[in-house]
Amino acid sequence: MNAKPLQDAALIGADALGRLMPMYLWITPTGLIRAVGPTLVKLCGSAPLVGDRFLDRFQVDRPRGLYSMADVQALAGQRIHLSLRSGPGTSLRGQTQPLGGGQGWLLNLSFGISVAEAVRDHRLTNADFAPTDLTVELLFLTEVKAAVMGELAALNARLKRAHDEAEARALTDALTGLANRRALDAELARDCALAARGGAPFALMHLDLDFFKTVNDTFGHAAGDAVLVEAARRLRGQTRAGDTVARVGGDEFVLILRGEADADTAAEVAARIIGELERPIPFDGRPCRISASVGVALSGRSPAPGRMQAEADAATYAAKRGGRGRCVVG
Amino acid sequence: MHGLVNRSLQSFLRDTYGAPLWDQVAEASGAPAEGFEAMFSYDDGLTDRLLDSAVGMLAKPRDALLEDLGMFLVSLEPLRRLLRFSGVNYVDFLHSLDELPERARLAVAEIGLPELALVPREGEGFLVEVGPGHPGFVPVFAGILRAMADDYGAFAVVDIADPRAAPNTIRVDLLEPQFASGRRFDLGRPEVR
Repeated sequence: MNAKPLQDAALIGADALGRLMPMYLWITPTGLIRAVGPTLVKLCGSAPLVGDRFLDRFQVDRPRGLYSMADVQALAGQRIHLSLRSGPGTSLRGQTQPLGGGQGWLLNLSFGISVAEAVRDHRLTNADFAPTDLTVELLFLTEVKAAVMGELAALNARLKRAHDEAEARALTDALTGLANRRALDAELARDCALAARGGAPFALMHLDLDFFKTVNDTFGHAAGDAVLVEAARRLRGQTRAGDTVARVGGDEFVLILRGEADADTAAEVAARIIGELERPIPFDGRPCRISASVGVALSGRSPAPGRMQAEADAATYAAKRGGRGRCVVG
Repeated sequence: MHGLVNRSLQSFLRDTYGAPLWDQVAEASGAPAEGFEAMFSYDDGLTDRLLDSAVGMLAKPRDALLEDLGMFLVSLEPLRRLLRFSGVNYVDFLHSLDELPERARLAVAEIGLPELALVPREGEGFLVEVGPGHPGFVPVFAGILRAMADDYGAFAVVDIADPRAAPNTIRVDLLEPQFASGRRFDLGRPEVR
């Protein structure tokens, strides 16, 4: 293992060396650039490297603090990062090895991770890379990855849109566009949990349309549907943006009035809603008349969905029995 | 079949013969009305039904239609660029054909392209043997090889070999390796945005 350094020294011409290592530099013992690979020639464009001082043309970025050729020589075999002092500052990496016979050093360079910009900046082609170099494969992969990622991002956007639409459909009553039973149950559960933890109180209002069956039987289902749509519109008009209005059955609606803690004001709101629903709804030039029986439950001290729904149901039943078109607060 | 293959067929039919033809083909074959997703996988039978209905409606030989599909693919700039990464000239490109399925797998692991093998013939010609896979790949590759000859500026005659003599084989007769300058290709992608 004590082979003499120059025992098997290979002689190779600068041109052949350039084909093997298109980005090599031959640096003389005095630090002058003696020969350069063809790709490096292309990189330097109109300012030939040969004859110039290596450290005048290249800046060593890592390790820092290299100012003399002796410093560079000490790093033989290690990876060093450099950049060209002229042009777009293309970053390079390489390693030096001493040449035999006092011929100086050989420095082989390649592009760092920003190879794509270097290729674009210097208009490099396949021919500028050694056949063993995987740079072209790296560029291929970069391009293909961008295409695949773009495709996946578009797919994700389509799936997200489909998901949102499906979710909206799953939570909406198709006829009136109001929330449906599922959406109401979820919101009521959330409001109860919030109220139980000291959040805002609210009122749960259960509302049965009165005389709806009569409208249906007299004017037909189309009239019935029109009445439901108009009733939904009026209910929304009588509530605030933060409230929930849901259609939970044929002619049954449930409202969550947020921030409402007082039995009297809840009853006032109910009276206003009933008055609004009693205004005749025209269909085919004829007035359809309905009213509503309303039962209210307040979140109060025990905000629980089951308790509140049962209470609102019972109150509605009491309102119906009491002669319709009225409100009972449970 | 990979969604990319089905989507290629869809784009080819729609761009070449118009949306109404595609709609008819999709309806007849049971393809999704909103089109194929490039990143999904579909039943092989669907691809065959799609092809059968297109061949029926266009009254065009199946192989000719698939060769046109291959040429259409090369007309798509992103795909043409990816193909051009394979070689510096047409002969180099042909010699690296055996790497092409591997390159495709680097891009999309499940793409499932058949293996390709280049066999030099006496004179200035080659045979490209297409490995096991859907038989439709043979004419599609013939179309791709023909269009790539143009792209590189080579003068070549590319045809499917007589299946009785050489099944699943494409003949490439290279008359002039560098006949014209060919279309431009820069390694660095033109700046987007």
